[in-house]
Amino acid sequence: MKPRVLLLRAAGVNCDRELAYAFERAGATVEQRHIRELAARPAAVAECDLFAIPGGFTYGDDLGAGRILAVEVERFLGEVLAEHHARGGSVFGVCNGFQTLVKARLLPDLADVRATLTWNASGRFECRWTRLRVEGGLARLLPEGFVLPAPVAHAEGRLVLADAARDLQRLEAGKRIALRYVDARGRPTTDYPDCPSGSSGGIAGLVSASGRILGLMPHPERNLSAAHTPDGGAGAWGRGGEGITFYRALLSPYRSGAVV
Amino acid sequence: MAEGAWRVELEMHSGQPDPPGEVAGTALRQRGLRLDARVRSGRAYMLPGSLSRAEVERAATALLADPVAESARILEPGAVSADGGRTLIVRRHPGVADPEGQSALRALKLLQLPLPSGAVVESYHTYRVDGPVDGVELLAAGSRVLANPTVESAQLGDRPLQPHRAPPERTSRRTEVALQPLGKDALLGLSEHRGLALSLAEMCAIQGHYARLGRAPTDLELETYAQTWSEHCKHKTLTGPVHMVEQDASGRVLRERRFQNLLKETIFAATERLAPPWCWSVFQDNAGVVGLTEDLGVAVKVETHNHPSALEPYGGAGTGIGGVIRDILGTGRGARPFANLDVFCVGPEGLPPEQLPPGALHPDRVLAGVVAGVRDYGNRMGIPTVAGTLLRHPGYTANPLVFAGCIGEIPRTAVHKEVHAGDAIVVLGGRTGRDGIHGATFSSEALHQDSESVDATAVQIGDPITEKKVLDVLLQARDRDLYRAITDCGAGGFSSAVGEMAQDSGGAEVELALAPLKYPGLSYAEIWISEAQERMVLAVPPERLDELLALCSGEEVEAVRIGTFTGTGRLVLRWHGEVVGDLDLDFLHHGVPRPQRHAEWTRPDLAETTWPDADLAELLVRALGHPAVASKEWVLRQYDHEVQGGTVLKPYQGPEGHAPADGTVVKPRLDLPQGLAIGVGLAPRIGQLDAYAGAACAIDEAIRNVVAAGADPHRVALLDNFCWGDCRKPDRLGSLVRAAEACHDAALAYGAPFISGKDSLNNEYRANGVERPIPPTLLCTAVAPVHDASRVVRAFLQRPGNLLVLVGAARPAGGGSVAAELLGLADSAPPLPDLERAPGVLAAVHEAMRRGLVQSCHDLSEGGLAVAAAELVLGSRHGARVELGRVPAEGLPALSQAGGALARAFTETPTRFLLEIAPADLEALASLLRTCAWAPVGEVTAATELALCADGTPVAQLSAQQLARANRVPQPIAS
Repeated sequence: MKPRVLLLRAAGVNCDRELAYAFERAGATVEQRHIRELAARPAAVAECDLFAIPGGFTYGDDLGAGRILAVEVERFLGEVLAEHHARGGSVFGVCNGFQTLVKARLLPDLADVRATLTWNASGRFECRWTRLRVEGGLARLLPEGFVLPAPVAHAEGRLVLADAARDLQRLEAGKRIALRYVDARGRPTTDYPDCPSGSSGGIAGLVSASGRILGLMPHPERNLSAAHTPDGGAGAWGRGGEGITFYRALLSPYRSGAVV
Repeated sequence: MAEGAWRVELEMHSGQPDPPGEVAGTALRQRGLRLDARVRSGRAYMLPGSLSRAEVERAATALLADPVAESARILEPGAVSADGGRTLIVRRHPGVADPEGQSALRALKLLQLPLPSGAVVESYHTYRVDGPVDGVELLAAGSRVLANPTVESAQLGDRPLQPHRAPPERTSRRTEVALQPLGKDALLGLSEHRGLALSLAEMCAIQGHYARLGRAPTDLELETYAQTWSEHCKHKTLTGPVHMVEQDASGRVLRERRFQNLLKETIFAATERLAPPWCWSVFQDNAGVVGLTEDLGVAVKVETHNHPSALEPYGGAGTGIGGVIRDILGTGRGARPFANLDVFCVGPEGLPPEQLPPGALHPDRVLAGVVAGVRDYGNRMGIPTVAGTLLRHPGYTANPLVFAGCIGEIPRTAVHKEVHAGDAIVVLGGRTGRDGIHGATFSSEALHQDSESVDATAVQIGDPITEKKVLDVLLQARDRDLYRAITDCGAGGFSSAVGEMAQDSGGAEVELALAPLKYPGLSYAEIWISEAQERMVLAVPPERLDELLALCSGEEVEAVRIGTFTGTGRLVLRWHGEVVGDLDLDFLHHGVPRPQRHAEWTRPDLAETTWPDADLAELLVRALGHPAVASKEWVLRQYDHEVQGGTVLKPYQGPEGHAPADGTVVKPRLDLPQGLAIGVGLAPRIGQLDAYAGAACAIDEAIRNVVAAGADPHRVALLDNFCWGDCRKPDRLGSLVRAAEACHDAALAYGAPFISGKDSLNNEYRANGVERPIPPTLLCTAVAPVHDASRVVRAFLQRPGNLLVLVGAARPAGGGSVAAELLGLADSAPPLPDLERAPGVLAAVHEAMRRGLVQSCHDLSEGGLAVAAAELVLGSRHGARVELGRVPAEGLPALSQAGGALARAFTETPTRFLLEIAPADLEALASLLRTCAWAPVGEVTAATELALCADGTPVAQLSAQQLARANRVPQPIAS
């Protein structure tokens, strides 16, 4: 049986098409359900392997990106998601989905680390291609050091930690850092534009201790072919299609024969 | 405690960046405020006074504030903060939409706080000076630069804030307006007094109609004529009879023509003659529709939203894009938007404030506002904004232009719609408020210096998430066949939407009291003509109504039945049962008088351009920095141009993402190979010299752009958007006629039909008795299929050693060009596409692409060959060497003569392309270009610089970095 992905829909979710397509290309069956529908029948979450919150502007980013959806997720789906995770299921958030996971305090899952995603240092929405390096937190799924080119498109993607130096160390030591922005030579950076947000530690994505709650700001689902890259796969942004590799990796625990 | 409201005011922690605060500080200082301290920006909310402090604290920490990044301050009702005297508070006027406040209210309900019924949450902004400042001066300066008086007010924080009271109620009883005793002056006075914008002839026609009926019209009926007959809705000029006289400079008549319907006999006539089978729906629906595959089409529409954007740039541009998206949703039985485009024409950058006409906003503020408006609406809708441009010219200072376009994909089976008598009239989406009352008539009137104060209700603020929810349910409803027809509520609101749809079934009956309202107290007339955003009107078969309403309620979209379509020939409007309007549909839609307009055009007497000698390197640097050429990447990076994952040829591309594209290519469906190329063209500087040339050049540019991206030139569809001065004046109308004729001629020559269009014909500004029209501006938008979107052609250099081939001959005509303007050359003959040869050039270039011979391609536009080559270099990691002596030329001075090199580098002759090919492919290319003027003019080099040479000697040599800096390409910064 193919891995089953459940995509959350809500007012303002708008990256559902490309995310569904990417998961399908990576070998999953994809179902989409509205938050109202899940609030009425939370058990539907149990029918999937991977629960995904796509990018978008849920509720217009009012009160801060992901904030209102986070309240809804906590209130309506908090329990079923905890059970889903305990059973070996994954929770994945991209862009606004990541913001939602952070605002719902599902990420980072370290009791003494307080984090948020807030306005880019530029104060502006930024849409541009970046390079992401796989860090220790994601090494279970992808080779550490693998470079994944993908565009970002967000205004509130800067990871802020309550105690930057101390918290960075804890995230690092706890293998909670999934992806970092790197420059053209592969070195981690917090400098604009390679790190468009000025995110703390150049962090682009976080992962839980289990490795099964994952969120990232960039959009690997917009890099499925050479034609997607800004230079047609000529090499400045990889060869194109690295997003497929990424989504295959997310699904790998759920392929038939795989042991969770 | 129940009096007043709690306030929760939030600021970023002091260690966090606060760009809006910095921008505010800069704006205040520029306004002359003495300010040494930082300005801290904040967001804030007013909550019901009946909550307890503990409840408000819970709301603040659990919902409103982000405790990691922000600090919160809670003020009890009636309290003021200690630093209120140096805090500026910016609030919306009562009745102005506040989507964030509504979101906050909705979320507070999720926290299960005890909110009173009818509770309101208002959001507002604060700007706190973190040090000493004179409060009076802060308020004076802040009111000007931090608030827009059209929609907002500013006050200091040293006095309590009162929640807005409910808006005043209007009496709403059936009211008749006696017309019969009125003479001409009184009729006109009535039209003006009621803001109807109806002409004397139109008032007389209405008077006559009611004399025959033997009764007086109701106020609602008059409003309905005003909306339906407005220039905005009816396009009386473009579709009306015109008598055109052409004369020479001495006044001798050269030619006379009479049109019964200008549009039909020019633009539409060309479309009818071409009538390709891939045109599925032209000039009849909210958008034109062309086929992309056998069963999938694209719906394309471009609108203008000029006057609202002049008053409130952010809201105007946002609702402009929101409106055109609804046009696409309302095309056929609904298309799914997959691309947006926008074009802005504004006044000069850094215009000295003393040159700003009274009542006008500064062009830089207009631009910042319209960019933010398109960004926030388009990004939230999840539609990539992929194409467009930005033009700056003194002619737009008082009357900026904002074009917003949207493209959707639509199954062939959904292209046609029909309304049946008996179908329910359902309004779906946003609620109706007092916003945008008289938008249709207002946009048909010229701007004047009091516009800012009197027309506040004509401005609308958008709510993109409501529209996104509408989009989501509509596409599901369409695919489940839950409705038969749909249209959007645009200008004129219900009156236009229901009025138009009623034509199809032959009548309608509406109970206005059923429409959901934002707040109580609207009169029936306000409900009928309100232009509140985000509303659609559907014709729903009665047996599908319940299923539709259930679908909507499942996704929190409000949908309400307000009436029934009929076949009675009448539009009957009720208010709590009483008939307040009963209109004859035939008279409503066909009764408008069609007076003949007079047009005149004086053939310009322009000499050939005399190109001088000048330092080419210096001129190139200046050309690259000219607003028409300068990088617009800073705008595009604020738009999510990648959402939906279909953007394969990006507006800025290349290894660093700095190479500007000619056309962009988007795949509407990720699982299909086809893409759609999108290009725009406009040439108002040329149009000012000769409207015919300006229009033809705009069309050529739009087509060039899509062909350069790899699209099929035999499948190009065009859209026209005319923005002109007051066409009741014969000279303005004369240039419009010339432009329409150019559209006709060019469409036939290129085989590219126009499929949709829109005009905005009153772009004049009157102040102190002076009338200023904008430059005649035709925006031409082109779309064409790229049959295999994985093989688009990019616009940056690929490989050193490759050849650069120039296709198309340079001619001397340079009137209206960037170089002519920079060199201060006297007006001279503008360029004109060679309509006989241009199609052959386009076909040959495309064939070369199809055979895989073209590795990169850039069209020659503003700044000619020099700028095109410079852009190819600055967007790549290679360089180029170009020999001007090899440029194919007709009628230019010899290379060694005065102006010979400069003309070859900078003339803007249309229909020319610079192609990069492998040396081994030269022979194959040569056989394709047999009938074109062409030549290899240079090569790609490893050195990252551009060298323009004359007879082998470099006459301009600039590094890629110099080019990028001159072009104002955004530079990297360390954080």
